[in-house]
Amino acid sequence: MFGALARAGSVHVRGTPAADKAAVSGILRIAYKLLVNDKGKFAALLMGLTFSVFLMVQMTSMFAGMMKKASATVTNTGAKVWVMDPAVTNVSSAIPMPDYILDAVRSIAGVKYAVPLYAGGALVRLKDGTYQPVTVLGLDDTSLFGRPNLIEGKIDDIYAENGFVVVDDEEYPKLESPKIGTDFELNDNRGVIVGIATVPASGLFGIPTLYTTFNRAVQYIPSMRYTISFILVEPQNVLAIPHIQEEVKRLGYDVLTEEGLIDRITNWYMFHTGMGTNLLLMTAISFLVGLSISGQTFYTFVLENMEKFGALKAIGAKGRELVAMIFFQAAVTGLAGYGLGIGLCAGLIALAKLRVPDYASIITYRNLALALGMVLVISAFSGYIAVRKVLRIDPYDIFRG
Amino acid sequence: MDTVAIRAEGLTKSFGQGETKMYAVRDVTFDAHFKELLYIVGPSGSGKTTLLSIISGILRPDAGTVRVEDTDVWSLKENALADFRLQKLGFVFQDFHLFPNLRTVENVAIPLVLKRRPWNDALKEAMKYLEVVGLANRSELNPTRLSGGEQQRVAIARALASGPDLMIFDEPTASLDGDTGKKIVEFVKREVLTDHRCIVVVTHDERIYEFADRILNMEDGRLLAGKGTADA
Repeated sequence: MFGALARAGSVHVRGTPAADKAAVSGILRIAYKLLVNDKGKFAALLMGLTFSVFLMVQMTSMFAGMMKKASATVTNTGAKVWVMDPAVTNVSSAIPMPDYILDAVRSIAGVKYAVPLYAGGALVRLKDGTYQPVTVLGLDDTSLFGRPNLIEGKIDDIYAENGFVVVDDEEYPKLESPKIGTDFELNDNRGVIVGIATVPASGLFGIPTLYTTFNRAVQYIPSMRYTISFILVEPQNVLAIPHIQEEVKRLGYDVLTEEGLIDRITNWYMFHTGMGTNLLLMTAISFLVGLSISGQTFYTFVLENMEKFGALKAIGAKGRELVAMIFFQAAVTGLAGYGLGIGLCAGLIALAKLRVPDYASIITYRNLALALGMVLVISAFSGYIAVRKVLRIDPYDIFRG
Repeated sequence: MDTVAIRAEGLTKSFGQGETKMYAVRDVTFDAHFKELLYIVGPSGSGKTTLLSIISGILRPDAGTVRVEDTDVWSLKENALADFRLQKLGFVFQDFHLFPNLRTVENVAIPLVLKRRPWNDALKEAMKYLEVVGLANRSELNPTRLSGGEQQRVAIARALASGPDLMIFDEPTASLDGDTGKKIVEFVKREVLTDHRCIVVVTHDERIYEFADRILNMEDGRLLAGKGTADA
């Protein structure tokens, strides 16, 4: 009876897709159990990867946060096309353009409308006599294109005498949290808060933002002969943009889409200041730390299980099955470490923002994708060095002890 | 039915080259039959383990052939050899090589999983083999919680799960005390050896010689003619 039972075990079911799927799932289940049931080593593997992912995401999210803040004026304004001097590298370093450029841009075929934007800095005198730098954005007097979303007050009041709208963001308290009707002194001129607004992103340098009309901004803030910082263009349609770009370039000025300008700002910070380079360097170091810790730990894990893999090989496991097991283990470890690292990073960012509202750190999909890519590289590398070893096991060694 | 399970002819295996060349197995020829418990005995370094590895499709000989039933083992390519071991052979290693992080029943299910059996079916079937070796009540424990004798029986159940025609035992009593070792071999002869199965045991434990159907004595890589090569 037992012989029949034993023989029943040798029935071939290989070959059918369903059987293959079931078998692969069984082999991977064994691999999973071998991995997670070895709690000490699995914890060490996870710690290495979690730490690495945490560092990578922390660095890249800090960079993304800073870049979001650096491009705040661009995103807050919402213009599709920006005209500027070719030497402009970011919004805070605008080079004024003559008025005739605005007229010339308005005359280009495909331009629905074009408006000027003033972006500059000023000093606000606080009640205690100290001065607080502010960013002043002067919106086109006619259209107020690029105005912020008001949470208090009416936008029309910006036309009132000395009218300013203040942005209620992390920097708002630096102006002593003014209310509607609060007056203040800006570059020796009187200003009155007529509205309180919110914007999607606040600036990078921790400076409060005030909105007013273009003409008032030019009037209040000392300017050179030229006054237009940027020209905001609304094209008739997307297809018109290349033509607009071509025509504006003929005038000797630059045209960028919103995304293009954000990229230019990002590239400038990344490649022309130490900030981006340092953060990228730290990200690379985090990657290398993760690669070495995880690679070494996983390799040790496999080395310690070498006899078991040898026994599997002797029993009849094929090379590709062992490879699948090892890469699956590496992938499980990588993805678990990825999840934990992201969670840890998100938790710490949330915690940090509770204490430091200005903390510039955001986790973007791009950061997540980058970290995932790096984790997959770490997992693939760890799996690869382990697979090389496992495939060289000679089951004869299992017999020899 | 042909009763010859294994036919080994002219097996030779050497290691090293030049002056360091050493013959582990020299021109070994023997047959093993179904329903036979065949011992290969001899002192350490006599080539027993090397011979065992050659007949089980693990170590390629320099010369000679091994036929298991109608299969010329060393004519098979690597994947076919792996399949051959999985379908035809059951191994009981000297150190058992059980997976300490898997439950006992999962250890036994490994060959079934490798044979493409769905996980739950494999576990159910593994339970039957654990019942055969009397360890059904230990199925949920990890092997580290079992005694040496119990671990040996789990290893036997795992080997049985392949449904093998040929079972290979490498020093089955080396990790066990005398009484347990004897009980294990007695159990193997009583429950595991069937009409359609041949069991080859490598050992130098004289206390279990009494259970052998036949003993092949090796020394310096050769089978000793006459001396020690006898029907038990």
